[in-house]
Amino acid sequence: MSMKKITLLIKNARLADGTELDLYIEDGVIARMGECPEDADTVIDARGAYALPAFVDMHAHFREPGFERKEDIESGSRAAVKGGYGAVCCMPNTDPVIDNVPLVKYVLNRAQEVNLCKVYPIGAITKGSKSETLANMRSMRDAGAIAFSDDGKPVSSAQLMRNALTYAAADNLLLISHSEDASLTDGGVANEGVNASIAGLRGISPASEEVSIAREIILAAHENARIHIAHVSTRGSVEIVRQAKAHGVKVTAETCPHYFAATDQEILNFNTNAKINPPLRTGDDVAAIIEGLRDGTIDAIATDHAPHHIDDKRVEFAAAAFGSVGLESAYALGVTYLVEPGYLTLGELAYKMSTRPAEILGLGGFGRLEVGAPAHFTLADNTVKEQFLAKNMASKARNSLFDGWTLSGKIIATILDGEVKFRA
Amino acid sequence: MFSRKDLLGTKDLSADELNAILAHARKMERIVKAEKKSDLLRGKSVFLAFYENSTRTHSSFDHAVKILGGTSVNLSVGSSSVKKGEVLLDTGATLESLAADAVVMRHSMSGAPHFLARELSCGIVNAGDGCNEHPTQALLDLYTMQSHFGTDLRGLEVLICGDVRHSRVARSNFWALSTLGARVTVVAPPTLMPKGIENFPVRVVRDMEEGLKIADAVMLLRLQSERQSAGIITGLDEYAQYYQLNARRMALMKKDAIIMHPGPVNRGAELESSVADSAQSVIREQVFGGLCVRMAVLDLIINRK
Repeated sequence: MSMKKITLLIKNARLADGTELDLYIEDGVIARMGECPEDADTVIDARGAYALPAFVDMHAHFREPGFERKEDIESGSRAAVKGGYGAVCCMPNTDPVIDNVPLVKYVLNRAQEVNLCKVYPIGAITKGSKSETLANMRSMRDAGAIAFSDDGKPVSSAQLMRNALTYAAADNLLLISHSEDASLTDGGVANEGVNASIAGLRGISPASEEVSIAREIILAAHENARIHIAHVSTRGSVEIVRQAKAHGVKVTAETCPHYFAATDQEILNFNTNAKINPPLRTGDDVAAIIEGLRDGTIDAIATDHAPHHIDDKRVEFAAAAFGSVGLESAYALGVTYLVEPGYLTLGELAYKMSTRPAEILGLGGFGRLEVGAPAHFTLADNTVKEQFLAKNMASKARNSLFDGWTLSGKIIATILDGEVKFRA
Repeated sequence: MFSRKDLLGTKDLSADELNAILAHARKMERIVKAEKKSDLLRGKSVFLAFYENSTRTHSSFDHAVKILGGTSVNLSVGSSSVKKGEVLLDTGATLESLAADAVVMRHSMSGAPHFLARELSCGIVNAGDGCNEHPTQALLDLYTMQSHFGTDLRGLEVLICGDVRHSRVARSNFWALSTLGARVTVVAPPTLMPKGIENFPVRVVRDMEEGLKIADAVMLLRLQSERQSAGIITGLDEYAQYYQLNARRMALMKKDAIIMHPGPVNRGAELESSVADSAQSVIREQVFGGLCVRMAVLDLIINRK
């Protein structure tokens, strides 16, 4: 006796290349694309919206355990699906730091209870992210950790990072580098340049990021290990990654929407939502980031979603916490600043936000919109052009750099395993 | 005319606004020299919230309020709830709730007065925020220059020498002087020059001597000795060798050029003692100008039309 299949029909959708079709999902799998039966348990009329593979965020902060007043796994997941994300990798700079198996399991279990997007914990490279000893990376991976990073901080000792890479290489573990030299950052709060100088704010030289990326690439090359560079923000960084790839180094890189949509001009009026690490850079860096996305030097767009409580941002600029939220504005920023100006096609944007990150992380179920694939996709209406308002976000936090910006592109539904997780 | 709620900096002030404040300061000078008492701020309260130490600025604002007949209240941050972790937002709100008509604020972080100006409805006067701005200092510097060279400062040659990178006094002067058409030249050790200086409305020279010969006003900035222990500059003796205004360099200056310093002076560092006390030094005159300028600013902000 066969069980009745649970079915979902998306009518009148379009693929990124403009092909008009319907999608028919049976028991969480894409069963048919094109001509589809009219009948289903749930029917959504996409009215011409694009069906894109659900986005995969390689870099977000869900703040749980320990910083739940800023965000938690549930509110972060709500923000994710509202932004079109089906999978989010959350960084371990929680309290306590996620550097052991029980905490990895905690995050996975909590995400399952919440049952919105998939949440994949990133484990720490060093215990407590203190850059002293290595954390139990292999057992964390076996428990479900998807990658490793001390994000928020660099691994300060080159020798320790080298050991981590050697260890990781043997088991094909992926290390993600928050590339920064603390002595070069030296208490800086904004990009070192004319705008920080005008505003009397301590600058962070691009050298801090570039020197560190060079270090990681050289170490990874020596140990024949993979390395993924987080939040690339400068022209120099893009050039170093480009050269390394040309030499066959197993390096991948991500950038974030704020590095292709905004510059350090945003700090001139001391807007603390513009205080981010790495900082917003110059127009020339923005151009280099976009060129890096176009030529494949930068593989993925991640959000570095960094929620903060208003108490941490409604203070003097130098005292404010670093970071902006990003899950709910990433797609619209991609459409407005990459697709509309013609730098990337919509298909290429989807590749950077979904297919390529899924590939890097080894998430085979994501990034594919094809018959037989799990039904993980989002519906996006690019004809909508409206003001992005932080007060309407699903996130607990309100610290969006883009509050009030007029953006094109709106997520109208997010489907995971054939279930509607978000509907506008 | 100047009719803003706050005075946060000189960067956004027009020539009209700058000149309006300066003209008003000249009226204030007449009051100080005559009966040294006025009713312009009668019934008005000004809170002085200084998160950083100050002699000149603090006492001149305090005295300015009192001469104008107002009530000044000093918030001694060292013994206040700030030590208990009270945030700026709450401290500011407390002062406003105490019926402050204006808050004069000095803070170590750039943008702090801008933050309070957004949050509070009373007027905020920036008495120095981090490395960002010190608008009343620039105004008193302009006031002093005008009293020597006339109210039209177009074409005036001003040389600013010293730790430009960390100086809010330099920045406020850059914006104000360039708005009024003066020509600013800067000289500093390479590590004390701000990044992007080539995009500032100033000319950079390598040697003091080059700037001294044509300058009408030479402004020295204070050298903090911590810059050496932090590895930012070489020796204090080498600094003096290349960047100190000493008697030999003073002799290169035009005879009617003036020597300025925002204070406090590090005698023997950026200025040789004899130069600080010389006839061309207008340092004390600047302080008096500061009193007049601050009276003007408080009257304009508090009695805003």
